[in-house]
Amino acid sequence: MSVITAPAPAPTDRPASRMESLLRARELGIALAILVVFGLTTLNNHAFAQVASIQQLLNGAALIALLGVGETLVIITRNVDLSVGSVVGLSAYIVGDLFKHHHGMPVLLGIVIAIAVGATIGAVNGLVTTVARVPSLVVTLAMLYIVRGVDGVIVHGTTIDPASIPTAFTAVGYQTLFGIPWLALIVAVVVAAAGYAMRSFRSSRDLYAIGSNPDAAALAGIPSGRRVFTAFLISGALAGLAGALFLALHAQIDVSGGSGYELTVIAAVVVGGVAIFGGSGTVLGAALGAVLLNTINQALVASRVSSFWNGAIAGALLLAAIAFDRWLSLRVTRSLRSAEGAHRDL
Amino acid sequence: MTQSSTTPLLMVRDVSKSFGAVAAVQGVSFPLYAGEAHALLGENGAGKSTLVKILAGVHGADGGALLMDGEPVVFKGPAASRAAGVSVIYQEPTLFPDLSVAENIFMGRHPLGVGRRIDRAGMNREATAVFTRLGVQLDPERVARGLSVADQQIVEIAKALSFNARVLVMDEPTAALTNVEVERLFEVIRTLRAQGAAVLFISHRLEEAFASCQRVTIMRDGRSIRTAPIEDVTIDDIIRSMVGRDLDALFPKTVTEPGEVVLDVADLCRGGVFDDISFQVRRGEIVALAGLVGAGRTEVARAVFGIDRRTSGTVRVNGAELPNGQPLAAMNAGVALVPEDRRQQGLVMDMSIDQNVALASLGRLSRFGLIRRSSERELATTWASRLQLKFSRMGNTVSTLSGGNQQKVVLGKWLARNPSLLIIDEPTRGIDVGTKAEVHRILDRLVAQGLAVLMISSELPEVLGMADRVLVLREGRITAEFTRAEADEDSLMRAATGQSPEVAA
Repeated sequence: MSVITAPAPAPTDRPASRMESLLRARELGIALAILVVFGLTTLNNHAFAQVASIQQLLNGAALIALLGVGETLVIITRNVDLSVGSVVGLSAYIVGDLFKHHHGMPVLLGIVIAIAVGATIGAVNGLVTTVARVPSLVVTLAMLYIVRGVDGVIVHGTTIDPASIPTAFTAVGYQTLFGIPWLALIVAVVVAAAGYAMRSFRSSRDLYAIGSNPDAAALAGIPSGRRVFTAFLISGALAGLAGALFLALHAQIDVSGGSGYELTVIAAVVVGGVAIFGGSGTVLGAALGAVLLNTINQALVASRVSSFWNGAIAGALLLAAIAFDRWLSLRVTRSLRSAEGAHRDL
Repeated sequence: MTQSSTTPLLMVRDVSKSFGAVAAVQGVSFPLYAGEAHALLGENGAGKSTLVKILAGVHGADGGALLMDGEPVVFKGPAASRAAGVSVIYQEPTLFPDLSVAENIFMGRHPLGVGRRIDRAGMNREATAVFTRLGVQLDPERVARGLSVADQQIVEIAKALSFNARVLVMDEPTAALTNVEVERLFEVIRTLRAQGAAVLFISHRLEEAFASCQRVTIMRDGRSIRTAPIEDVTIDDIIRSMVGRDLDALFPKTVTEPGEVVLDVADLCRGGVFDDISFQVRRGEIVALAGLVGAGRTEVARAVFGIDRRTSGTVRVNGAELPNGQPLAAMNAGVALVPEDRRQQGLVMDMSIDQNVALASLGRLSRFGLIRRSSERELATTWASRLQLKFSRMGNTVSTLSGGNQQKVVLGKWLARNPSLLIIDEPTRGIDVGTKAEVHRILDRLVAQGLAVLMISSELPEVLGMADRVLVLREGRITAEFTRAEADEDSLMRAATGQSPEVAA
């Protein structure tokens, strides 16, 4: 009935594919940044490219990347988990203490206990956030102090030393498969599994929906409370696992283990492209963000730059990442706006 | 009207719901039969939206019952209502901006493949199929962020259709759609009816109710006043039942003599959006920008006000040229803009009524940089009474007001600055008949007092009823200009769609 038909937009220029390529470019961009930092540092200091050095790079990033998986799930739902650093410290110490007093305790049991400790704290975070409807920023900040306090009481000034930890356990920290440390492999498996699940299952898409528009999520019949609770539970459980791996990597633990990790993790996640107000981002991006931050960290050491620069550079990178996100979202919105109308065929 | 003698598909019986002391819905009853489209009419605040939310399972009813196929049902949440075959299109689009259009449609019920994994290809195919049924082209893979209000509404409709619901509830689905899209929607409603579904249709455009519905239920003050076959009622009957009194004409119009030129736009151009736009607006006249959604009407208004930069051309207000891209300069020159999307752009929803009214006048209300609450309240009280604002307390947030009263707050905010030119985009979208007439009367009074008004409207009756002159935009150009006497529905539509009289059958 109408005589006007707007020309169909060329398929190569579809906003969606452009959008997707931009998102993919984010992960690619971080990967490139890692290579650039690595390359430049190697030019300066050839030892940086030695196998042992690379293994150390991977191990250093692994724990933050693992915590980043849980943190990503939580942040995507428009929440935040600040308790992960304390959970790492507490679960590592509890497991270390068990190894010390029960010689011959199976390694696997130690790992399971660490996960259980973390999951319990995650469950409390999730319950208070969803049932009592206290903002997660407050809940997990309180939990950060509570857990660290409890940790202090249990530790009571002692230290678990390498002698009391079974070598089968610490092997996770230094043994390798095809040159790749077991620790990095374990984390890679978790990242891959989580990344796949976040794309492929309804319940994980619910997390994105909740963070993107909480009211619409409720109207769509999404069980928001249950999903957010699960995100906190998983974040806690992964923090517990990270605690066990922390113990395996360092072979010792005192009251300060894992202190300050929460902010490093959030920085890595945001640098990795997860929107701080929820709704978008990937687990892979967060893991790459962790690797990038750690690589810069190590590069400064290798280049004999004062380690004080470390924090400043991580901060600058964070600002750059957020500024980039802002710019990107404005651009995408604008390009979608102008592309629109083209598709309206009257 | 196939089975009006049999059991209704959905029976609403004596349903009540109160929020605190406010009884939003009281003893509402009506049947919905399979194969019928049923109009639910009433002013804003009559309780329609609350009833919709009860049907959707968002609110539980305090009293009464819902019966499906004669069996009482209780919806414990939106998921339960959906599972029972009730699908709802809400007045305000409820999309996930970060997710793709297809995922918005299928959220929570993505098509699954092997191992309960989401079948993305299948999902995009199904989304495309629904869009084809609606006769629109939308890329299922694009993100919802940046969609226009009309397109968001289309996604909502697609979502509801994809359920193959037995009962489809539409709360103002057409407010943001063009006539052609509305026509397509009606076609879809006809198909659904033929398949035995029932449609509950809520609209403020009474003509639409007459065009597409078989029966009508009228609500007033939370009660159902009357249910009748559509043939048995007239528009006048309906309006009388809705407001409980006779309305003056919907479009009051005082004849005024236009004065000197207030707004002079010459050769205004914004690359790729609109081109070569020239017009004038004088004191004491309403000039309407008509045209289809996407023709560039809102964009012209934004460029005049300076929100978007113009590529070339000049904008003069009272003889002085406005600098490019500076809304503040436009405001200081006496221009006010009431935007299309009042929730997003016109109001701070979580702020109180008086703070919202005062928002554009803060410079005047503050002393040494401090805002005086008392003068804020005073200003708001003045405008609330002038605009007959219905509210319970000035300190309540704007979000507690009905759509019509929210619009009055936006108007008050700008009128408090005493502008010489008012640009108003869709002045009465989503506003009930009673308040609509009030808004029209307010505009008419202001114009009689010498205000110049540039009005953008998709509702032809409003354009024809209110405007002294009509400019028609098509694809970013002014294609026709009509005086009040020349303009009629047919000629406007032809100019807007680019059809010449000979070609059209």
